[in-house]
Amino acid sequence: MITLREVTETNRMIESQNLDVRTITIGISLLDCADSDLGKTCANIRNKILRYAKDLVRTGDEISREYGIPIVNKRVSVTPIALVGATCCKTPGDFVTIARTLDDVASLIGINFLGGYSAIVSKGMTEADRLLIESIPEAMAVTERVCSSVNVGSTKTGINMDAVRLMGQIIRKAALLTSSRDSLGCAKIVVLCNAPDDNPFMAGAFHGVTEPDAIINVGVSGPGVVKCALQSVRGKGFEELCETIKKTAFKITRVGQLVAQEASRRLGIPFGIIDLSLAPTPAIGDSVADILQEIGVEKAGAPGTTACLALLNDQVKKGGVMASSYVGGLSGAFIPVSEDQGMIEAVECGALTIEKLEAMTCVCSVGLDMIAVPGETPSSTISGIIADEAAIGMVNQKTTAVRIIPVIGKDVGDTVEFGGLLGHAPIMAVNPFSCLDFISREGRIPAPIHSFKN
Amino acid sequence: MCPDFFYPDNMDKTIITVTGKDTVGIIARICTILAENKVNILDITQTIVDGIFNMMMIVDTSRSVLSFEGLTQSLGECGEQLGVHILCQKEEIFDKMHRI
Repeated sequence: MITLREVTETNRMIESQNLDVRTITIGISLLDCADSDLGKTCANIRNKILRYAKDLVRTGDEISREYGIPIVNKRVSVTPIALVGATCCKTPGDFVTIARTLDDVASLIGINFLGGYSAIVSKGMTEADRLLIESIPEAMAVTERVCSSVNVGSTKTGINMDAVRLMGQIIRKAALLTSSRDSLGCAKIVVLCNAPDDNPFMAGAFHGVTEPDAIINVGVSGPGVVKCALQSVRGKGFEELCETIKKTAFKITRVGQLVAQEASRRLGIPFGIIDLSLAPTPAIGDSVADILQEIGVEKAGAPGTTACLALLNDQVKKGGVMASSYVGGLSGAFIPVSEDQGMIEAVECGALTIEKLEAMTCVCSVGLDMIAVPGETPSSTISGIIADEAAIGMVNQKTTAVRIIPVIGKDVGDTVEFGGLLGHAPIMAVNPFSCLDFISREGRIPAPIHSFKN
Repeated sequence: MCPDFFYPDNMDKTIITVTGKDTVGIIARICTILAENKVNILDITQTIVDGIFNMMMIVDTSRSVLSFEGLTQSLGECGEQLGVHILCQKEEIFDKMHRI
């Protein structure tokens, strides 16, 4: 029998510690939608997404009401569009037409983001990959809900430096095209290395070709719950600290597992994975930086922060893995800047720099996320930052990513307001020295050796 | 409290929690609504700390006249009249979180 204490504990997590299920994401394969005619392809895409996801929002809301657990986002990820549009798209404009179709259908089913306007180019680019990448700035400017991602490297293939160079230019172009909205277009573009096929989180979600026709992936959250649990072990040793994080992650993940199984049953779509993530929001008390402070650093970015994050990330995985039958996606602690009030404060007071964030990405679940930089940052510097992150991912066999926003017309000292879950951010200083000659080299960085590990 | 084997598997268990300022007749009003709608009460736990009423009911809604949404709404309105916060949640969320 459930006890009053247990019920109170769960409801306190939900009501005052921001426990929620961050997203139910349906992954949908669009491979069978490809046609040589663009109009027909768009119609097929629309019909297929509607067939699988028309009841997603209603079902998510029903589950939320019955269990009393907020389900913040309901989303869809699709097969990388560079594959789906390869036959019918002859210009970047043709790909933009598909982006508009995706935006329309996302709006129709009532979801806030749809991911998969993507290309996987870790070793090389097809003509379709190149056209899609060239279309990204316009696609992000004319759509509201479509998210784009490009995978530029992997541990097995090395890093496609031609794609890295191109993405620096694409991000700048997207910033310019959306300059009237604080370069918001760049908040919907992420450049990845070792991208997973089953990630439910935006902007990097896409439905990989290794996946079935449709699948339900769920992203859990709950940094506020971990932080509150850690308040009870202040001053205690690492053993108790780690046990507390594990137990809390277990509880959080069990809720995600329940929601995933229910969504799967009610929608008639198989359950894929739970993404064990501590995903912050700009809300007070929903911050990963606050957990790091609770562990014992004065501000995120202080010496010791990388070790704290490594510990946190590992314990979240250890606790969460047992709570779910299948784990995947990104799984770990997210460290976006604009979406985390504690990170924002750490940047504002000078404790946290891009270089420290880069070190933190070696041990966190993803990478440099939602970082606003001066609008004058050259594309080669953006490419250099992407290359650094991709190298960390490639060598350490982990997913890394860059979601960086060069905010046109703004400089260090200014702040930018993206609104909603995307939050707000101070513009961060970028190392002013050039990497142009490095980025101008053509070709790819070879895959790393998998022996002689040091 | 009865052990679990007293309850057959075909039940649809819901946890009703009530929190707020203690006043006369809270349990009576809630039980009346439940009885009128054929919702069977399996267990009640209640405490009062510093004048704050805290109650948890485990009920079986498998033969409920009202849908889950209807029951939630009906109890929600009752809570507003009594000045207490009433929450209905299916049992699985607690079971999943606190039991391996």
